[in-house]
Amino acid sequence: MTEYTEHLLREAPRKDTASRLRFVWLVVIPLLAVLSQVYVPRFIPFLAYLELPLLITVHFALSRGTPISSLFYGMYIGLVQDSLSHQPIGMYGIVKTLVGYFAAQVSMRFDVQNPVVTFILSFFFYFFHQFFYWVLVRALLGESIAFDVQQTLTFGLLNAAVALPLFRILDKLKVSN
Amino acid sequence: MDFFLSRYRHLTVLLIVITAQLLLIAYQVRTNKDIPLIRVWAVTAVTPVETGLELVRHYTWGFAEEYFVLLGVRSQNETLRKENGQLKIENNYLKNELATADRARALSVFEAHSPSKTVAARVIGNGTGANSKVVFVDRGSTSGVESGMAVVTPDGIVGKVVDAYPTASLVMEITDPTFAAGVISQKNRVHGTLKGEGHAECLVDYVQNEEPVEVGEWFYTSGDDRIFPRGFPVGRVAAVQNGKTFKQIYVTPSGMQGGGVEEVLIVLQGVHQEIPTGEVASPGYQILPLPAGAVSETPEGAPEPGTLGTDADRLRAIYKQVGEEEKHVYGVGAPGTKPPDFTKLPSIHGAPPPPVPKPKVETKESAPAENPADADQEGLGEDSTVVDPNSTPAVRPAPNGPDAAVKAPAKPPAKAPAKPPTKTSAPPNR
Repeated sequence: MTEYTEHLLREAPRKDTASRLRFVWLVVIPLLAVLSQVYVPRFIPFLAYLELPLLITVHFALSRGTPISSLFYGMYIGLVQDSLSHQPIGMYGIVKTLVGYFAAQVSMRFDVQNPVVTFILSFFFYFFHQFFYWVLVRALLGESIAFDVQQTLTFGLLNAAVALPLFRILDKLKVSN
Repeated sequence: MDFFLSRYRHLTVLLIVITAQLLLIAYQVRTNKDIPLIRVWAVTAVTPVETGLELVRHYTWGFAEEYFVLLGVRSQNETLRKENGQLKIENNYLKNELATADRARALSVFEAHSPSKTVAARVIGNGTGANSKVVFVDRGSTSGVESGMAVVTPDGIVGKVVDAYPTASLVMEITDPTFAAGVISQKNRVHGTLKGEGHAECLVDYVQNEEPVEVGEWFYTSGDDRIFPRGFPVGRVAAVQNGKTFKQIYVTPSGMQGGGVEEVLIVLQGVHQEIPTGEVASPGYQILPLPAGAVSETPEGAPEPGTLGTDADRLRAIYKQVGEEEKHVYGVGAPGTKPPDFTKLPSIHGAPPPPVPKPKVETKESAPAENPADADQEGLGEDSTVVDPNSTPAVRPAPNGPDAAVKAPAKPPAKAPAKPPTKTSAPPNR
């Protein structure tokens, strides 16, 4: 193990939870993310593949590092997203619950302030999110929707690229306890 | 047990939450019921903001657009004033004429003449999910909208309402992979099921290989699905090939041309209509035959209807004709010189102010036999959507093909002619 990889791996759960988002932001930011996902693609169709609600979930989980609050936060965002879709409520809820939980678990072992780690994690969780959603739709609803691996990987990279500046902005909104 | 719960507390909570959501989904799928409370909360929280954003966008973008149009018009007017004052008049007139080809007016005309009771709605946002083809419209249950209602435009069907909330409704477009509707072909009356494919074209399924379906043929709603009233246009066949058991018929939806819609009509009370037998100018617009004994109002020297592409072309020809009669050469007269007399121009819509130019009077007796388009229209039958020729605005077919329709002029002529100013023009390429 090199010095660099040791630096990336954390030996103990993250301690930098002293600064947190205000409660109002915790409510408003997901709503804004879902709203933008609903409204913006009307004019820029390409941006339909930008999963802002997912990135918000990942950011929250990585910065909090507490699995229980992260999974509930993921569930909240997922259910809001479900409410605006024509699928049964709970599809996005389950997927984002899992994303929140695993992202919080990962944040205890990696230095999530590192941009490289952030990029890789955002990419991974985007792919995980899309794949797991596809599995759920097939398994629970019996719908045969297509899963384009190449396209998903490409959009995963784009979402990861968006995640870097987005996480910086969200970090600025934090206040010290 | 306590040890297990404390050791695996996080995992336990995760499992409980996941299980609860799975049960929620199972309940919805099994009972085919929704959880209205959560959806109503979310939609009520999001759609007013969307409506506000859409209004802001509409007015700011519309203002900016008008500003730039006015900038262009102003500079153009200055140039025209230097060159010729009369060209400026022509330009303004043309702009007014072209402005009548407005989507919203087309919608209101369709709404007024459709036998079904409809309500107009504006698309305010998309549904979530990359694969979903659902949109939100700004009319909800307070406007009488209910789940399962058909959503159409004058060009064709758009989708159906899958959820109605107080302030908005969720509409599934016909391109959604889970969409289905009963359709029937115009020519051979072949029944099938229209299915969304997730992209621009839709599939008409369950049509036996032996059934005759041709490329270019129109499909209409059959009314079998109890959602779409019979007789609404669906789209034109883009490709047909035989499959294993059923034909693979791909239809280009006429209501979704351009990839999306902005204004739609929600059918509150559908009225079944018969499938049109003749060709239509545009889906939803029937071409009316000339009333018996009507006279053609085409002025002498003016181009015959159908020989020129648009109203602008016809108006240009009329100006050219008047200029030639008065021996005026456009672009030559210096500012201040006497312009030709344009006060007695014949109308391009067939209602010329008397008495100059002298109209060529034609009786209509021989017209149906000579004009194949008129002959077509005689076969429309009683079920066709009939538009009162004297009603305003009237819808007329565009002379340049079946996909355009031109409405009556915004201003009626100063003095009405003795006979009804009905003017029809058959598309030249029929």
